[in-house]
Amino acid sequence: MAAIPVEHGLFLAGILFGLGLIGVLVRRNVIFMLLSIEVMLNAAGLAFIVAGAQWGQVDGQVMFVFILAVAAAEVAVGLALVLQLYSRFKTLDSDAASHLRG
Amino acid sequence: MLALLWLIPTLPLAGFLILALAGARLPRPVIAGVGVGSVGLAALVTLLVGAGFISAPPGEAFTQILWTWLDVGGFRPQIALYLDPLALVMILVVTFVSFLIHLYSTEYMIDDPDYSRFFAVMNLFVASMLVLVLADNLLLLYLGWEGVGLCSYLLIGFWYSEPANGRAARKAFIVTRVGDTAMAIGLFLLFASLGTLQIQEMMEAASEQWAVGSAPAIAAAALLLGGAVGKSGQLPLQTWLPDAMAGPTPVSALIHAATMVTAGVYLIARTYIIFSLAPVVLTIVAVIGAVTLLMAGFSALVQTDIKRALAYSTISQIGYMFLALGVGAWTAAIFHFMTHAFFKALLFLAAGVVILALHHEQDMFKMGGLRRQLPVTFWSFLLGAASLAALPLVTAGFYSKDFILYEVFISEGGLWLWLAGLVGAIITAIYAFRMVFLTFFGQAKNHLDHRPGLLVKLPLVVLAVLSIIGGFVELPVTLGGLHLFSDLMGGTFGLPAETTEPAIGTELLLQIASAIAALAGVYIAYLFYRQRPALAGQLANSSLGRPLHRLWFIGWGFDWLYDRLFVQPYYWLAQVNKGDLIDLLPSGIARLSQALYYGLSRTQTGNVRLYAMAIALGAVITIGLVILL
Repeated sequence: MAAIPVEHGLFLAGILFGLGLIGVLVRRNVIFMLLSIEVMLNAAGLAFIVAGAQWGQVDGQVMFVFILAVAAAEVAVGLALVLQLYSRFKTLDSDAASHLRG
Repeated sequence: MLALLWLIPTLPLAGFLILALAGARLPRPVIAGVGVGSVGLAALVTLLVGAGFISAPPGEAFTQILWTWLDVGGFRPQIALYLDPLALVMILVVTFVSFLIHLYSTEYMIDDPDYSRFFAVMNLFVASMLVLVLADNLLLLYLGWEGVGLCSYLLIGFWYSEPANGRAARKAFIVTRVGDTAMAIGLFLLFASLGTLQIQEMMEAASEQWAVGSAPAIAAAALLLGGAVGKSGQLPLQTWLPDAMAGPTPVSALIHAATMVTAGVYLIARTYIIFSLAPVVLTIVAVIGAVTLLMAGFSALVQTDIKRALAYSTISQIGYMFLALGVGAWTAAIFHFMTHAFFKALLFLAAGVVILALHHEQDMFKMGGLRRQLPVTFWSFLLGAASLAALPLVTAGFYSKDFILYEVFISEGGLWLWLAGLVGAIITAIYAFRMVFLTFFGQAKNHLDHRPGLLVKLPLVVLAVLSIIGGFVELPVTLGGLHLFSDLMGGTFGLPAETTEPAIGTELLLQIASAIAALAGVYIAYLFYRQRPALAGQLANSSLGRPLHRLWFIGWGFDWLYDRLFVQPYYWLAQVNKGDLIDLLPSGIARLSQALYYGLSRTQTGNVRLYAMAIALGAVITIGLVILL
């Protein structure tokens, strides 16, 4: 297949990362914040794959597998925190957890 | 014997330390013992040192160096004591009169709750005064100078719970401060030009380097004069003395009659070469003396408060001393200082007895007839007043005042000054005996509260005796020509033993003039206050009399003038600066910090998303900087 220029892949990764970042900052529901973080992780993984394809080495894809594992662990912890948040504040609105104010 | 010199200022200082640290816990007799004993011992040591000095005079003078005060950039003032005849006379008078006044105070202040504080500060005062008088260099003298100023403030405001006393104390301190600042500048000038503040060295250097009438001499002498004028209550800085009577009477006797106010006279006498190098300044000294003695004399004439009258009298008599200094009659000035110390302290102490006996009544017009009720006090006061009025032949005051007037008369251009002195003598006699007649003669109006005991009467008697015999050490040629005092002092002032053959005829005439003046004054006082008491009131109420009376009563309006000239503008300035312009920079920094603080604390919202955004923003900026730079 026709070679996709590596810049395009990195741009895509960058745009995905940016979208994920904006999602984390803008969305108030903690589940959606976690989803946005996942998007950021995947964007980073995409950047690794593209780089691996550029150099023709398998390290990029190995890195992606690692990222997947880390993402899974992180989601587990994150969901545990979400459960605690919900049992405390009875809502999934992250703005409710601002008791460190002042 | 002379080696004991250092004990003289140290003993009262030790007394002060003991009383300041432990006085509150000591019983009254112990406090009195320490207070009086320290000064008494100092007086004893002074006698021993004096005997040693006179029997075996150590050449020029005796210097005792204790240690070097500081050593910086070629400036090496030492804590050194210098004893020559001038210093000897001063310490004899200071210690002896202080001892008598302390003795008197043990009984006088017995009812006061702050007994130990009184004696502590009095001791500190005596120590400072002795340091001032014995100082070898001007820096140490300035130390003593400031010390007596401090103690004067503490003692005038002794009864501090009364606001008026605090005001009087502050007034005294601030007015003398003006003089002290002038003196300090004079000290800087002297050191800068001559390289030393050691008095004898400095005077030698000055006579070598400065021509007579040269600018640095005039400047230095004028600045030192400023200091002297402040401390001694002469024009224009005399306003503090009458108000200083707010302090207890022993304080008035010691500080504002016998010792501190004569510090200015001592300073001029001590640095006489500097003044001799600036004849213009000496003329100013004489004129200040003459004008002050007249102005204060007139003011004393119309006072109702007995202590205020004595205060104006002190100002007037120190005017005589300044007059003597101004014509170069150093010995005469110191002689008058000695006799004045005796009779003025006596007058104040006797007035104190009267005041206490009449339960703190100080208005002379409310007194009367105390002659029979307080005989010892009456006779002492009478002898003191006689000495003040310089009654001929029998009083010490006559010999000292006559000496001054003679020296003034024979000096160049001294005729007007002599005339002023003579008129002053008449006024002095009038107001002195006015006080006697008002207080002790006439109808006994009051019942006595408090009779004086032995410790009060003894100093009165001793001082009364001294007020009479104290003058016999210096008899003019017309009466035998005894020159004990001037022979002693001649060495200090570099004067040859016998300068010119005194014109006996002139001396006799002058003495007769002085005698007539004194007796005339006594007679006028008798006329106005004994024979025809209504006459005084009529004169005071006449069309000319009323404004004059008012003017003299308020001390010639100096308080009013200074209030308009200095006090009100200062208050206005303080009001303008209420927001404290000078403080703008430091408080500005504080306010900036506070603004930043408020700004930053607004970011502590506890909102996670805000924190996340902050992190993201920071990361972007950092990476951007890394890429760009």
